[in-house]
Amino acid sequence: MDQIILQILNGLDKGSAYALIALGLTLIFGTLGVVNFAHGALFMLGAFCTVTLSRLLGISRTVIDETRTDFLGNPLKVEIPYLYDWFGEATGAAIIDWAVPLSIIFAIPIMISIGVIMERGLIKHFYNRPHADQILVTFGLAIVLQEIIKYYFGANQIPAPAPEAFTGSFDFGAAFGAKAGAIIYPYWRIVYFCFAMILIGAVFAFLRFTTFGMVVRAGMADRETVGLLGINIDRRFTIMFGIAAAVAGLAGVMYTPINSPNYHMGMDFLVISFVVVVVGGMGSLPGAVLAGFVLGILESFASMREVIEFLPGINQVVIYLAAIIILLTRPRGLMGRKGVMED
Amino acid sequence: MSNSKLTRRGLIKTGAVAGAGLATPTLFTGNVWAAAHAGYTNAPQGDTVTLGFNVPQTGPYADEGADELRAYQLAVEHLNGGGDGGMMQTFSSKVLDGTGILGKKVEFVTGDTQTKPDAARASARSMIEKDGAVMITGGSSSGVAVAVQALCQEAGIIFMAGLTHSNDTTGKDKKANGFRHFFNSYMSGAALAPILADRYGNDRKAYHLTADYNWGYTTEEAVRTSTEAMGWETVAAVKTPLAQTDFSSYVAPVLNSGADVLVLNHYGGNMVNSLTSAVQFGLRAAEANGKNFEIVVPLYSRLMAKGAGENVAGIFGSTNWHWSLENVAGAKYAGTNAFVKSFGEKYGFPPSQAAHTVYCQTLLYADAAQRAGSFNPCAIAEALEDYSFDGLGNGPTMYRGADHQCFKDVLVVKGKENPDNEFDLLEIVDVTPTEQVSYDPAIFGGELGSCNPGA
Repeated sequence: MDQIILQILNGLDKGSAYALIALGLTLIFGTLGVVNFAHGALFMLGAFCTVTLSRLLGISRTVIDETRTDFLGNPLKVEIPYLYDWFGEATGAAIIDWAVPLSIIFAIPIMISIGVIMERGLIKHFYNRPHADQILVTFGLAIVLQEIIKYYFGANQIPAPAPEAFTGSFDFGAAFGAKAGAIIYPYWRIVYFCFAMILIGAVFAFLRFTTFGMVVRAGMADRETVGLLGINIDRRFTIMFGIAAAVAGLAGVMYTPINSPNYHMGMDFLVISFVVVVVGGMGSLPGAVLAGFVLGILESFASMREVIEFLPGINQVVIYLAAIIILLTRPRGLMGRKGVMED
Repeated sequence: MSNSKLTRRGLIKTGAVAGAGLATPTLFTGNVWAAAHAGYTNAPQGDTVTLGFNVPQTGPYADEGADELRAYQLAVEHLNGGGDGGMMQTFSSKVLDGTGILGKKVEFVTGDTQTKPDAARASARSMIEKDGAVMITGGSSSGVAVAVQALCQEAGIIFMAGLTHSNDTTGKDKKANGFRHFFNSYMSGAALAPILADRYGNDRKAYHLTADYNWGYTTEEAVRTSTEAMGWETVAAVKTPLAQTDFSSYVAPVLNSGADVLVLNHYGGNMVNSLTSAVQFGLRAAEANGKNFEIVVPLYSRLMAKGAGENVAGIFGSTNWHWSLENVAGAKYAGTNAFVKSFGEKYGFPPSQAAHTVYCQTLLYADAAQRAGSFNPCAIAEALEDYSFDGLGNGPTMYRGADHQCFKDVLVVKGKENPDNEFDLLEIVDVTPTEQVSYDPAIFGGELGSCNPGA
């Protein structure tokens, strides 16, 4: 039982990342009708916003420590962050320690700007082209973005730890009167799940309860009629592209303590996220979220030793098997609407 | 006005001739079979000799490849008489004099393996056929090394392997034209097991997570065999997909499995991610079976330890070489400081073990050619087989003729608790003597075959 609960927790955590990326993909597809293969790269760029802010916060002056030597035997150059000088060592260290949460503020304007520039600069030229063209150009863009990141940050992973306050694990067993140590789960992964829930809730609330969101939803349903009412729907859809980029970026920002970021991390999520979108139902926002969690949990269960011993290799194919079964029984996906991509 | 007439019959004839030309393997049309060949592939013409450095310049191991390339360039500089000579000053053989190899200036070409066997073979083939490389060296993966080694065997070229740790490279897939300076999985297991037993006791239960490819299998087998011989029990061994990024599903069950040690047979990004997950799930701080829970990483790389950050602190593993070796373990490991000085002054940071092994391989090839008086691969192979040397940073070393594997001391290291700087990530715990990591070449099977000079 403990193992089942643990794998459900793992699944919810994985599902959070899948759901956030798939949500952004669906927003873009639902508003602009574009299949955006660069969406994984936006997730990666968000993670590198964290790396960039960490480096900015760590900008230092160099002092020579004559008592110690470096690898060549020369006096050691010690880096003292300017934040220590400006705010004192304790406060400066705390600011650097909280680089990941602070990156949320840093990443939002950057990711929205990247999204808007992407849409205006490149993707708008492909609205009336076949989906295959859109896939090719956005996939090419993803490769360009990841090569740029690799050029500046290298190919190796770069650690971006969670704040000290969130290191360690929560003992669910001890907290809920079960066996201590039986179900422990890292604090930061719990934070990530909660953050994903809040972000997903915020996106839904934004679309549901704001005038802007109402217009966007109306545009998703019938773009032409909304345009005839004198509303500049293109501008709103461009902003939605920026928001979708920000959602992917924030998913990347908060993911950095879970896995140290590298230039390739977006590609690792991209294919699964597309499966999530299709399984959820093309164009369905709740479907994307639901499928993200369902597939995340399935993947976690398939990674259990007992399951692998019974069905070797199942951990590598379970998502695709599930997709096949779901699409055979529900061709439009879990919550797909009639008429989307069916022309 | 043109008089040429394109007829159907003419087109078919032309196409047939062109097709036959294109279909002929290029190995038989390029420099390889140049009229002036001297009985072996790519015999150097003129006053230069070309070496082919085949490293990952793109892909996940690109940083490691870049460090290898730096070391190769440094080796070429030293061979041609530039710089401070690096380990040529400390090398026990004194036949290299800074005038290139056999009086020919050393030049080089590079290829990008992309850490993919197919791409690595294509780039090696290009360097052999188009650039006339007389030797191929490099790689940061056993899959790549085995693939390129086989190509070099067919082409009649010496292959000096870079960072490849699988037993297979000089085991079941060994080739007469291939040589490996780097240590292997068996040696890691043999070196680590006594230290683990000493630090953690003989009554331990291990849980292995193993990368699902040939290096993972041989490393798991080596560590299992060595630790079980010390009295440890293996509770479970789970294969993890190579493309896995989030290891939480694999790590979460470990604590309740009855195990009290987790062995991560992972390298590169897999190692960084699985170790990070293990630490996040509290394994470092946990207790099991009344003992502190421990994590072991059989193959450490400083470049990759950097990616895992503070998570490596206190975790044991093994390594082929470390830049602090001579300072920590003494003059037996002469050459280390000379290389670190040379590399560090040129590039501003200490070399990785990948850089060290490829630098050694380049000098060893040059030295063998110089001693043999020829670039003929068979003459070089003969000069390298059962050759004992010293002064290249690992202490006394021997290239065993039976499998073309170097035998030398192996370092057991531990992630440093309080590193002084970004390079100071690993602490040398023990240096395991050569005798303890040696084995019978027959245990891994495979046939060395005979040397192929190509032409």
